[in-house]
Amino acid sequence: MKNRIVRRRRNGEYELHLSEDERDLVRSLTGQLRQLLEGNEQRPDPSLRRLFPAAYTEDDERDAEYQRLMHDDLLAHRLGCLVVVEQTLEADRLAEDQLVAWMAALNDLRLVLGTRLDISEETDVLDPDPADPNAAAIAVYGWLGWLLEHVIDALNPV
Amino acid sequence: MTIAPAEVDQPVDEDKVHEDRPWVVIVWNDPINLMSYVVFVLQKLFGYSRDKATKLMLDVHHKGRAVVSSGPREQAELDVFRLHEHGLWATMQHDE
Repeated sequence: MKNRIVRRRRNGEYELHLSEDERDLVRSLTGQLRQLLEGNEQRPDPSLRRLFPAAYTEDDERDAEYQRLMHDDLLAHRLGCLVVVEQTLEADRLAEDQLVAWMAALNDLRLVLGTRLDISEETDVLDPDPADPNAAAIAVYGWLGWLLEHVIDALNPV
Repeated sequence: MTIAPAEVDQPVDEDKVHEDRPWVVIVWNDPINLMSYVVFVLQKLFGYSRDKATKLMLDVHHKGRAVVSSGPREQAELDVFRLHEHGLWATMQHDE
């Protein structure tokens, strides 16, 4: 893949070539994810479930203990990645750790949007049926995957 | 301090034998995570080669699941946590 979106520079930084519209879309999506993550902890939004999965599927007691110990760390990690994206939304150059945070945040957005849209391996995310009421959201989901592929491609060691 | 009755010790020994069995960390197939992302994460977290990480990802994709690491419970739980941080669908269970 010829990567014109995210390009590694000789000094170890990464160029990020996104339009203003694309950056506005990322801004809007990360803002929505932040609201969901900071929402009611007792009744979390169901679309967040892939961000906090079970560790023990055959032992409810141990899983409750895992969730009790790890949930806050998982939440802090996710919010920390969102902060990095929010702080670098206008940046043309990213340090590697900043691009890694973008990667994590883009993947979290896909997990939440994909859960909400009930995406399956059969869903045509690149060419959604225009009659589908979710067509616009599916197109956003597809775009997130496209951007994420470019980020991963740039981060991969040659 | 009191001296505990002798029979209280018995179940603890059984538990210990149970606990000493190794744990395996399993990554499950899901329709959302990109194949390239799963390979990247397995390389990053476990230091696997591109070939090994790709083979594991393909096992997840075709067989529905793959064991990506194993060891004592604490290590397995940490591996699951790091996979969860990266959004992979990971669980742990006793080696069968």
